[in-house]
Amino acid sequence: MDAVPADDTALLVDFYRTMLLVRRFEEKVGQMYGMGLIGGFCHLYIGQEAVVVGMDAAIRADDAVITSYRCHAHALVRGVPPAAIMAELTGRGTGISKGKGGSMHMFDIARGFYGGHGIVGAQVPLGAGIAFAQKYQKRDNVTLVFFGEGAANQGQVYETFNMASLWSLPAIFVIENNQYAMGTAIGRAKAGTELCHRGEAFGIRGIQVDGMDVVAVHEASRELVARVRDGEGPMLVEMQTYRYRGHSMSDPVKYRTRDEVQKVRERQDPIEQLRVRLIEGGAVDDAALKAIDRDVKKTVAEAAEHAQTSPEPDISELMTDIMLDAAGRNA
Amino acid sequence: MVEMTVRQALRDAMAEEMRRDERVFLIGEEVAEYQGAYKVSQGLLEEFGAGRVIDTPITEHGFAGLAIGAAMAGLRPINEFMTFNFAMQAMDQIINSAAKTLYMSGGKVECPIVLRGPNGAAARVAAQHSQDFASWFGHVPGLKVIAPWSATDAKGLLKAAVRDPNPVIFLENEILYGASFDVSDVDVVLEIGKATIERSGRDVTIVGYSITVSRALEAASMLAEDGVEAEVINLRTIRPLDVTTIVASLARTNRLVVVEEGWSFAGVGAEVIAAVCDGGFDHLDAPPARVSAADAPLPYAASLEQAALPRADQIVRAVRDVCYV
Repeated sequence: MDAVPADDTALLVDFYRTMLLVRRFEEKVGQMYGMGLIGGFCHLYIGQEAVVVGMDAAIRADDAVITSYRCHAHALVRGVPPAAIMAELTGRGTGISKGKGGSMHMFDIARGFYGGHGIVGAQVPLGAGIAFAQKYQKRDNVTLVFFGEGAANQGQVYETFNMASLWSLPAIFVIENNQYAMGTAIGRAKAGTELCHRGEAFGIRGIQVDGMDVVAVHEASRELVARVRDGEGPMLVEMQTYRYRGHSMSDPVKYRTRDEVQKVRERQDPIEQLRVRLIEGGAVDDAALKAIDRDVKKTVAEAAEHAQTSPEPDISELMTDIMLDAAGRNA
Repeated sequence: MVEMTVRQALRDAMAEEMRRDERVFLIGEEVAEYQGAYKVSQGLLEEFGAGRVIDTPITEHGFAGLAIGAAMAGLRPINEFMTFNFAMQAMDQIINSAAKTLYMSGGKVECPIVLRGPNGAAARVAAQHSQDFASWFGHVPGLKVIAPWSATDAKGLLKAAVRDPNPVIFLENEILYGASFDVSDVDVVLEIGKATIERSGRDVTIVGYSITVSRALEAASMLAEDGVEAEVINLRTIRPLDVTTIVASLARTNRLVVVEEGWSFAGVGAEVIAAVCDGGFDHLDAPPARVSAADAPLPYAASLEQAALPRADQIVRAVRDVCYV
């Protein structure tokens, strides 16, 4: 499908719904983590919703997406059922990875979602490999390769830029610049903070986009996707965004002030921006958006209920999915 | 019967698999126009073109990650490392991405890739270019690890590796590339995980893999002159380890020597002996012995290098120890 024009009310309402789903889902995850129902490392996407929602709406169902460990939102927008993601977070057998991956390792290749990778930057060459396969098989697909501004200092990112450009791979490298690599503010770790230029030495054109504005994200993404799909080779986009919560659930966030976070929430919140735009434009009324809020809350509540009532994985799962036999069955 | 070098066997195996399956491609440094740093991919560019025989920049972490991603997306990459020493640059992608993703995805993401290249000591290239990684990779659930010795092994196991749905580490040996072997069946596809007996004997079992099979056979010839008949097992596959063949041999000989080119600490020899203690302890008439590399980085000087690597005379001595002769 081609992306719908960005002035399309139905599309904007859909953006609102999906961003709200991500927000409420992640809030619930944070709550359940606090209750001890979710374990391990857990990285929330709250604040960054416009990036993944605006971009996903610019690609097709048969395109590919790969990202880091901050992956719940990317799975949600690709259409992975919220209940399967939540059950993975609670470590249940009905989770998307049968409870064997957890927060950082979710995959759904049938929906073009290639994970969910725990080592910072490792998904970048993998993503180029997916784009390589798309080109090798002469398909007109693209791959969105998401990584944070922290990962943008990893060497393998530049090894990948070099090959992707050399072989003109249909990859879009998306730097989700949420300003903090764990506790390190961007200015403390980067010689040159204009990350959109990081591909230029390899001939990869880069643009910078307001990643808090879902419409801006979507419009920029449509153009990028069209060009990459047309065979122009890889491109890079730096999404200027912000995460409201800590790097992970165990991060006490001592490296910035509450005031800084509050200012972003008040002035740039992606969901609030869109809500105001919809209401002030007269496209929808408050009641319609409230109905969406109720629907989303219900979906999240059902996912949470499912995730708490589903059975633990069968103990036999410990030793499955390690090796396949020649027929592709568990060996 | 055809005489063939290991180099030819590897080349033919790749060419045959590329003819059979469009998804198979070769990627690595100098594999295309240079025809392979060790000429293993001779002629492949000409036959299959630059779309399927792909020269990479010097960027092991990057291209291994890219090849692993391509495998996850449905292709069948053969990833050549110019030597496995350089695969250390790509270790994260091999272990964390290739070996673990099937498990972490609950079976959703497969990674059918072959990571191949020369492993172990070459000749006079010193410590950073001379290391046996069999035990490193053998340690990891989710990987198959193959270490061929003969041309038959090379041909039959590489074809099997390309067809395997799992990530396979294929450890070749530079010194063996030029070695000639008689190959009885050029169409052979060997079963991964099965060892073979290269020489039968009743007095002692010598287990080796890759070039140490040559050393074990030399030792067996020397021992035969003194009336000691050694059985030589070529492991062929490190993981999964063919404990059945080893224990069956031990049931006949009751004595065991394991030879490896790697270091002995936490090595393949240690694993073989532990496995034998699990499954064949009652067959042992003497404590098993290991012959391995000296517990030091590999030196450059010819005399020191020779002293560091496992030799036939050391195997003979180890056999005499376990046989009490």
